[in-house]
Amino acid sequence: MPEKKDEELRIGVFICHCGSNIAGYLDMEALEEFTKALPHVVFVQRNLYTCSEGGINEIKKGIVEQNLNRVVVASCTPRTHEPLFRNSCAEVGLNPYLFEMVNIRDQCSWVHMQEKEDATEKAKDLIRMGVAKAALLQPQEPIMSEVTTRALVLGGGIAGMTAALALADRGYEVVIVEKQDRLGGMMNNINKLGPSMINADELVSQKIKAIDEHPKITVFTNSELAAVKGFIGKYKVDVKTGTGTKNIDIGVILVATGASVFTPKGLYGYDGKHVITQLELEEMMKKGLDPSIKNVVMIQCVGSRNEDRPYCSRICCQVAVKNAILIRDQNPEARVSILYRDMQMYGVENEEMLRTSKARGVRYINYSPENPPKVEEEKVQVYHPLLGEELELPADLVVLATPLVAREDTHDLSQLLRVSIDENGFYLEAHVKLRPLDFATDGIFLCGSARYPANVREVVAQALGAASRASIPLSKGSVVVEPIISVLANEDACRGCGLCAALCPYGALEIRETEKGRKVHVIDVACKGCGVCAATCYQHALTINSYTDDQVTAQIEAFLGG
Amino acid sequence: MLDVGRHPNINLMAYSEVQKVEGSIGAFKVTVRKKARYVEEDKCTGCGACEEKCPTVVPDAFNEELGTRKAIYAYFAQGIPSTRTIDPDHCRQLNGKKCGICKKTCQADAINFDQKDQIVELDVAAIIVAAGYDVFDPSRIPEYRYREIANVVTAIEFERLLSASGPTDGHVYRPSDIAARAKIEQLEKTLNKTTKALKRYEEKFGEASEDFYKKFQNGQFSDDEERKKWASRYEEYLGISGPLQELKKQAEGFSSAKRLAFIQCVGSRDFRFYPFCSGYCCMHSIKEAIIAHEHEPETTSAIFGMDIRAVGKGFEEYKIRGGNQSGITYVRGRVAEIMEGANHNPIVIYEDTRERKVKSQEFDMVILATACAPTKGLPDLAKVLGIELDDYGFVKTNPVSPVDTTVPGIYVCGCAESPMDVPESVAQASSAAERAAEVISLQSLNKESAVA
Repeated sequence: MPEKKDEELRIGVFICHCGSNIAGYLDMEALEEFTKALPHVVFVQRNLYTCSEGGINEIKKGIVEQNLNRVVVASCTPRTHEPLFRNSCAEVGLNPYLFEMVNIRDQCSWVHMQEKEDATEKAKDLIRMGVAKAALLQPQEPIMSEVTTRALVLGGGIAGMTAALALADRGYEVVIVEKQDRLGGMMNNINKLGPSMINADELVSQKIKAIDEHPKITVFTNSELAAVKGFIGKYKVDVKTGTGTKNIDIGVILVATGASVFTPKGLYGYDGKHVITQLELEEMMKKGLDPSIKNVVMIQCVGSRNEDRPYCSRICCQVAVKNAILIRDQNPEARVSILYRDMQMYGVENEEMLRTSKARGVRYINYSPENPPKVEEEKVQVYHPLLGEELELPADLVVLATPLVAREDTHDLSQLLRVSIDENGFYLEAHVKLRPLDFATDGIFLCGSARYPANVREVVAQALGAASRASIPLSKGSVVVEPIISVLANEDACRGCGLCAALCPYGALEIRETEKGRKVHVIDVACKGCGVCAATCYQHALTINSYTDDQVTAQIEAFLGG
Repeated sequence: MLDVGRHPNINLMAYSEVQKVEGSIGAFKVTVRKKARYVEEDKCTGCGACEEKCPTVVPDAFNEELGTRKAIYAYFAQGIPSTRTIDPDHCRQLNGKKCGICKKTCQADAINFDQKDQIVELDVAAIIVAAGYDVFDPSRIPEYRYREIANVVTAIEFERLLSASGPTDGHVYRPSDIAARAKIEQLEKTLNKTTKALKRYEEKFGEASEDFYKKFQNGQFSDDEERKKWASRYEEYLGISGPLQELKKQAEGFSSAKRLAFIQCVGSRDFRFYPFCSGYCCMHSIKEAIIAHEHEPETTSAIFGMDIRAVGKGFEEYKIRGGNQSGITYVRGRVAEIMEGANHNPIVIYEDTRERKVKSQEFDMVILATACAPTKGLPDLAKVLGIELDDYGFVKTNPVSPVDTTVPGIYVCGCAESPMDVPESVAQASSAAERAAEVISLQSLNKESAVA
């Protein structure tokens, strides 16, 4: 590693006001004065927003004019802003890993709003520690790795098919792995799509035809993912098919495995005949509804928005309203009542469909979860809050709106892929607002009801979006990985015991025979820099770039020395 | 935002408008008018010294006119590019008056009063419309008395009041109190001036104004012009100091707003205006109520809605947490009217549909969850692009290709397509990017096969 031993340390510290987010709660002048006196600090500046273009220019100017060779920014969280500040250093020729960030917003001004003095003291401690570490930082070079231009799509439903076609049309090879014997997923069980009332079968067969004819797409039905090794750009996956296991090289993975429908066993007298789910109604409607059915009662939120499943399944109200309209179409004399808690007909189209249903004579009765409807022999009892009385609704058919739930195999698959799931069992995206289609793990993407229940319009939009996200590494042909990774700093100390390799959650460590005996080898592109290995190694042979023992010790000493 | 500004493949043309689009998918010719900023972007360092010195103060549109900005300004602090812009409607220099203070202040020599609009021609393969939406103007609903009752605000105005970088540094002060404080400040200024003038008279004539005025009222000095002026100055003083004391006394009782009402479906699900549901407003009301409670733990909020549509990932859980931990009560019902009570407190009149009773309740402040309206410029933009709009004025798409407009090669995402929240907008933005990338990929694939 290049290192100029005799180079004089010149540390610049930029302290951000974050508008009043920080400056409103800390004594900024005191921080500035304190920082100026720290060892090796030659330049201190306060900015209204260090992250603004003006603030960034000040950092660059500082590096050039003050000859800074280490930069510290005391501001917000590195999660959102470290890449920006690092790049800014790099733009004027300072190695981006000679940058250190101190979080005085989340850790000081925000959590200690009421204690200005203590918060300021804590900020001083954190800055002193950051400066102490900065003094020991070493330049690092990013790691490049090539990308196999082939995508794996897990799930052949509407989400998977849409994403696969989008990527294949862009010229990339795609492999679809589907558990069932045919493509289509849950759409195969659905009658029509609301509010457009397009036949689900038509949409599915169009997509299947396009996939069959596409030279870039390979489909494995009756198949499942058995093993995944590797990392973004260089995955090796085993796909278990009816005829054996296929080993395929893959660059990116899209998870489009969909969801299952909750079966309301023991709820409202569910029997699959007279008391059925909306999905069962779909199949019934496909064949044509029995004309003798004259009274239909639908009950919403069956098995959702309760203690077991606190979430709203988003699409069940749309499904109920659509089916209510279709029942009135098929049996114009049928009376349809929907018993609901909140009609979740968000947006333009859904609300329009709700209005249409009301114009078509569908009745709506609000119920509260404390006083739910009671299903009895061919009738449903419900309290009507506007009338203030109990109603008895005749019912030839009771339809229960049950939520979409995470598929049973979600947990196992998440382990295979090393991705997270949320408290309701759905896959967890990298950021609920800003990165809804990415996983935190690079190279793996998410769309459709595997993420959270969604209607077909939303699923298609998400599938195209996930394809777009996945196409970025594919089109670049290579990925650049952060060099903050594990390194074998002291090869002689390593005894090749393999404890680290056994614990590495990313499969990034291997024990290899070398001239000096058994030694650990770090697969740098796979390493996430989590530090488990370095913490485990009792020989202190492994360390993490930018988090070396020396650097961390310096921080602790700086803290205790204050 | 900063990533967009810094990306080597993005040419950001802010403060610009599309004037003409010709051609078709894969080969559009776009004419863009780059409006004059009167500030040269490449010279400006974004230091803001000009803004500090600019003498012209105008209402700040970014802060919903709850605060002020200067005639040379940045729309908001973190804006990209970070250069300033001169507002040609308010700048003294550009309106023929003597000024040019900003030009004298700017050390980078970036101010250029002679800058003209520039016409730029672009060749592009695909176009994405991400024009966003406008907030519905609730003064169109007479019964809610927005603008009549000071303490009835829109959700976006409340957002600015909650913001640490907003006009009140994140304190939820009531607009009536903010106005009263501004009035106090203004009266104090005038009073200072008047007091100084009185002092000059007192020194000259060696007499206290009060004593002089008594004599003047008794008919003395009635033909002395200078003393007449003194008297009228003193009357002015009396006219200000009384009300000022009164206001100051009132202001001692001012505190932040602690009893909040949120009214849902203001302009949406309403046949008079927009029949559709705006989708995100239930959640932003809950969010604002939770944040207000975080700022001031005594805060309680009532959210009045027909359905509380908490339909996204984690939303229902968030709604319940708001009820359990942040003092939110959800009231099922549509608010009929808002009246003004004592102390500028809004009174909400509504029917509680669960109890079947008409009720009224007094609050410190009412927040209107206004509809997501198609943005004003959308019809013009649609004409330029040749794309169709739907019945409500959003860009028309179809359910199986949700980001394709009616013109191939032109795509749409976010609230220009229909109301939606952030995660949906982000997902849709990626889809629009995918569709646009397909056009470009196809071109290069075709080129490759042509060569082969």
